[in-house]
Amino acid sequence: MARMKFLCDAERCIECNGCVTACKQENDVPWGVNRRRVVTINDGVPGERSISVACMHCSDAPCMAVCPVDCFYKTQEGVVLHDKDLCIGCGYCFYACPFGAPQFPQTGAFGVRGKMDKCTFCAGGPEPDGSPEEFAKYGRNRLSEGKLPACAEMCSTKALLGGDADVLSDIYRQRVTMRAARGTAATPPWGWDAAYGRPDAQGQPVPNAAPPAPAAPGSKS
Amino acid sequence: MSKFGGALALSLALALCVAACGERPQVVNYKQGSYQGKPDTPPYKAAPFNGDKTQWEHALETRAQNQNEYKRIR
Repeated sequence: MARMKFLCDAERCIECNGCVTACKQENDVPWGVNRRRVVTINDGVPGERSISVACMHCSDAPCMAVCPVDCFYKTQEGVVLHDKDLCIGCGYCFYACPFGAPQFPQTGAFGVRGKMDKCTFCAGGPEPDGSPEEFAKYGRNRLSEGKLPACAEMCSTKALLGGDADVLSDIYRQRVTMRAARGTAATPPWGWDAAYGRPDAQGQPVPNAAPPAPAAPGSKS
Repeated sequence: MSKFGGALALSLALALCVAACGERPQVVNYKQGSYQGKPDTPPYKAAPFNGDKTQWEHALETRAQNQNEYKRIR
């Protein structure tokens, strides 16, 4: 087993927010906290790209480095988790994280922060696996059930992949190879260009040529 | 005296010349703190795998391959 990682293929993500919904539903994430979200670059402009972002479970996690109470730990599978009983809600991890993964529930007026909440790679936390205490604090522990994160498994276009980094690399490598084999530079097999055409020199989309009309029933072809 | 002063000035000048030759690491190395919270158990310790790491890894591998439509759909 290598390291658990997420991989999002921006060529496939259709910004359906299914991963966000799956995460919230699976882990009973409170209102106002989004462990996962979909970020779209150039929204509404031809060629826009979306990517699903959550905790990336960094190999050298800055949140772990800045935590003043050392409540973070990394599992053998490379999943970055934390102990909510120790967290003081200072927010240092939020400032350190380049992905904006740490979330804080608003527990009162005047911006009072609760304990930090973030993606656990559906691996729970330092409570007995599958216990009600673990679910209440960290959400469901799918990893201990032999399952992968709900967001990745629910992704309809399989843009978001989750699991062992080596396996994900193999899947993505095969995907890229198949894309190259099935399409050409002018007619890609799928993606934005296949649906809307490639932009011309002025950046305006040029529609693809319509496919040939099917022959009428009974006509000789 | 002047000889000694000259040698001193020369040694200082030489020291200044090589002062910039020191190499410092350019990449920040985060110092990981030591975890102070409760210990966690590996995910395969509890049911349904009951400590069978090989079976757990096989289950995850199978699930991961379900994300590969080239193998899932023929």
